[in-house]
Amino acid sequence: MKHIKTLNTQTLQNTLKKGGCGECQTSCQSACKTSCTVGNQSCENNK
Amino acid sequence: MVHQYKNNGYNIVLDVNSGAVHVVDDVVYDVIPFMEKGEPDENIVSSLKEKYGIEEIEEAVSDCRELKEAGFLFTEDNYKPSIEAFKKRPTVVKALCLHIAHDCNLACRYCFAEEGEYHGRRALMSFEVGKQALDFLIANSGNRRNLEVDFFGGEPLMNWQVVKDLVEYGRSQEKLHDKNFRFTLTTNGVLLNDEIMEFCNKEMANVVLSIDGRKEVNDKMRPFRNGSGSYDLIVPKFKKFADSRNQEKYYVRGTFTHENLDFAEDVLHLADMGFKQVSVEPVVASPEEEYAIREEDIARICEEYDKLAAEMVKREREGRGFTFFHFMIDLTGGPCVYKRLSGCGSGTEYLAVTPWGDFYPCHQFVGEEEFLMGNVFDGIKREDIQEEFKGCNVYAKDKCRDCFARFYCSGGCAANSYKFHGSINDAYDIGCELQRKRVECAIMIKAALAEESEE
Repeated sequence: MKHIKTLNTQTLQNTLKKGGCGECQTSCQSACKTSCTVGNQSCENNK
Repeated sequence: MVHQYKNNGYNIVLDVNSGAVHVVDDVVYDVIPFMEKGEPDENIVSSLKEKYGIEEIEEAVSDCRELKEAGFLFTEDNYKPSIEAFKKRPTVVKALCLHIAHDCNLACRYCFAEEGEYHGRRALMSFEVGKQALDFLIANSGNRRNLEVDFFGGEPLMNWQVVKDLVEYGRSQEKLHDKNFRFTLTTNGVLLNDEIMEFCNKEMANVVLSIDGRKEVNDKMRPFRNGSGSYDLIVPKFKKFADSRNQEKYYVRGTFTHENLDFAEDVLHLADMGFKQVSVEPVVASPEEEYAIREEDIARICEEYDKLAAEMVKREREGRGFTFFHFMIDLTGGPCVYKRLSGCGSGTEYLAVTPWGDFYPCHQFVGEEEFLMGNVFDGIKREDIQEEFKGCNVYAKDKCRDCFARFYCSGGCAANSYKFHGSINDAYDIGCELQRKRVECAIMIKAALAEESEE
């Protein structure tokens, strides 16, 4: 594709199927205690 | 829904509902708003032909159409039914914030815990209360294997023996119940010594070391009770601690306020001292506090985030990069959509425990009596509070509906919402603005580094 570079092909829709195991870290247990930063936690379901 | 923006020379298109990120040229950047509105091709061409060649426009349209068909552009948000079903699952508890000490040896000006006391009295958690908390966690965690326990305060090192005893007790229970405890510690460093570091390196999955950045900034906000600064005491200890953990599995964590809106300097100061894991976040304070972040500070803070992001790209290219927690984003293996949309887990999966064993929805609600949920001896008594928090998610918040960042903040912090609007189902507006900016910067960094890896 000449005009567009896509950085990721794993989409959120794909995570609907196997997601929701709940094993990943609670966001405020990492390094924020006053904001909510869920997007930067890692998935633990693919290990 | 598409969010497009320009940052640091990159044209970035985020397809919000799929999470796909595209770096595009100018013609695509200009074509996308027309396509999102469903304009016919001839309208797009006629609107843009003064600026670009017709063939170029047609190529751009065709590229976008290809991405749309592949499910990477103009996707719909069809997650709501799944999330609602997901939220109806029985509640399990998987994380506790143990307030091991409601006391502190510092008197930080912005402390939401009011120098450790949380609107209450000074107190230390006994081993017995802590043990009951761990037993409660094990008993209520269902089939979750990873259980998180943060030793928090006040200052947890003021009750260090109990921390050690609880870790020992937790470890003794792991095999019996097929659980894996992840202990973490948040400390101001004042009492840190070699023995504590050694113990933490063996037992703590993460440690959060509180420091605000430059000496004058730190010492102004984080003094001892006698007014003297804490920087000189804690810095050598934090450096040693971080090195002893191989510069991993820790964060130096600071707070910036209205008084240091040039906080990128503080982040860089920490990085320049050799810290590789840095987290510095905006203070959340009542508007009447002189150090509170105000609406008129937002533009300046956003500039500062841009400056920091650009500098981080530069340093990464020079081989001296570092991690800034609030710019971390995993575009390929981040959390699933359930996690992203169902909120932080406060009041449901995550609870705070006071020194005398009371449960609150999270550390920030401690001391707000209407949120007292029960205690470690009798369990959860206020299931209505649990239900209220369970229902708190992106789809319950009007402000999140049209926000591109909703898959990254998961509806924001319930405690902040409550503080500013008296309801957990609202959102703290300044926090939202800054969150959006951080997501933009985080994605720009990925775009810049992806370009690098191609060259």
